Amino acid sequence: MMEKRTDKNSYTILFAVGMVLVVGSLLAFLAGFLKPTIEENKRLEKQQNILYTMGVNNNEAGSAVFVSTDEAPALFGKYITKQLIIENEDVREDDKAYLIDVKKEQTRAKDGKTRRLPLFVGEKDGDTFYIAPIRGKGLWDAIWGYVAMDENMVIKGVYFDHKGETPGLGANIKQRYFMDDFTGEHLLRESGEFVGITVSKSNADPVNEDKKDYEIDAIAGATITGDGVSAMIKKDLRLYVPYFKKLKK
Amino acid sequence: MAKDSKLILDPLTDNNPITIQVLGICSALAITAELEASIVMSISVLFVMGVGNVVISLMRNIIPSKIRIIAQLIVVATLVIIVDQVLKAYAYELSKTLGAFVGLIITNCIIMGRFEAFALGNGPWRSFLDGIGNALGYAIILIIVGFFRELLGSGTLLGIEILGDPVAKTGLYAYGYENNGFMLLSPMALIVVGIIIWVQRSRNKALIED
Repeated sequence: MMEKRTDKNSYTILFAVGMVLVVGSLLAFLAGFLKPTIEENKRLEKQQNILYTMGVNNNEAGSAVFVSTDEAPALFGKYITKQLIIENEDVREDDKAYLIDVKKEQTRAKDGKTRRLPLFVGEKDGDTFYIAPIRGKGLWDAIWGYVAMDENMVIKGVYFDHKGETPGLGANIKQRYFMDDFTGEHLLRESGEFVGITVSKSNADPVNEDKKDYEIDAIAGATITGDGVSAMIKKDLRLYVPYFKKLKK
Repeated sequence: MAKDSKLILDPLTDNNPITIQVLGICSALAITAELEASIVMSISVLFVMGVGNVVISLMRNIIPSKIRIIAQLIVVATLVIIVDQVLKAYAYELSKTLGAFVGLIITNCIIMGRFEAFALGNGPWRSFLDGIGNALGYAIILIIVGFFRELLGSGTLLGIEILGDPVAKTGLYAYGYENNGFMLLSPMALIVVGIIIWVQRSRNKALIED
């Protein structure tokens, strides 16, 4: 039987090389072409997230809605009065602080270097908001968020997001019924000791009246995502405690 | 022409990819907790299957048989990355809702199954119809499962409260109705798919085995 042309080893190898080259260059070209647009989207999203925690949003009953991407830069300039980078004892202003990649900073910290901590100071209706980004692990992938606090580290608003948590379960950390529970919760004890907040299944306070129990009612079926939220709050916000201590003095 | 329409209609009922061929079960279980996610996944798969089947069909005479599976995989992966990147650039909100699903499309066995079983041996137009048909058959089941899981599990449809507010105890909840949290977990999707298979098999004589 005649061997088909496409069965030859040489053809197979040529085909494989050719296909990889075509597909590779196609995707590289596409990625290069779309990169600026994607980066811009991410930048605006960060501004929307930060504004959201300050209550600058278009929330409807029950659902979280950001200000539009067109308005975001102007509102960001209006409400965010200072952007700080905290590096050990050193605090300096930098209006690009919101572009700091928390993931990269966490890796730097692991390598023994100092982590740069961004903190955004916002003013709205005479109130001051201190907004810190946090990042951690959920069940499937990364989860992150922004926490707005007052000078006593009492939470004034949060926004959480995730890369790939389960729809209907872990993905609901970005739903208002979960996020709104954090508002008013204390992170510090009276003595000034940092406790953080635990997303708890055995929370005795499901309607969330006690704002000093350091607990939030968990989402049923989303244990690991909830644990991830507790962990990132405890781990990342703890780093800001020295700054807030200095602030009170 | 009659044969062409069969390519679309068969996978909807008698040869449904999920309930009869039992393909694509993994994603049917994983993402059907909400109706919106089911619909979005259906549309994504529709696109990838339609285009993918045509691409594979056009390449069917030049793909070496020894590496055909790898070639198919590259086609799916490329399409999925293109979809992902374009959404991220021009429909950022939507791409966030899609999140993990875009990646999950690659693992959908219906796609590889149809490439292998159909597109490699048929022309582009028939392959396109076959892709669309199978994707629609997949979509129907996904949407049915998503509908029941979201309604019974969360009391909502597309995020809108249908049965009342469970916290304020309005609507059905005023009479002591509770959401069944179990519906949100994957095992219940398997049971819902099972019930669909049961109903379908008991009504369709062609599918009844001795």
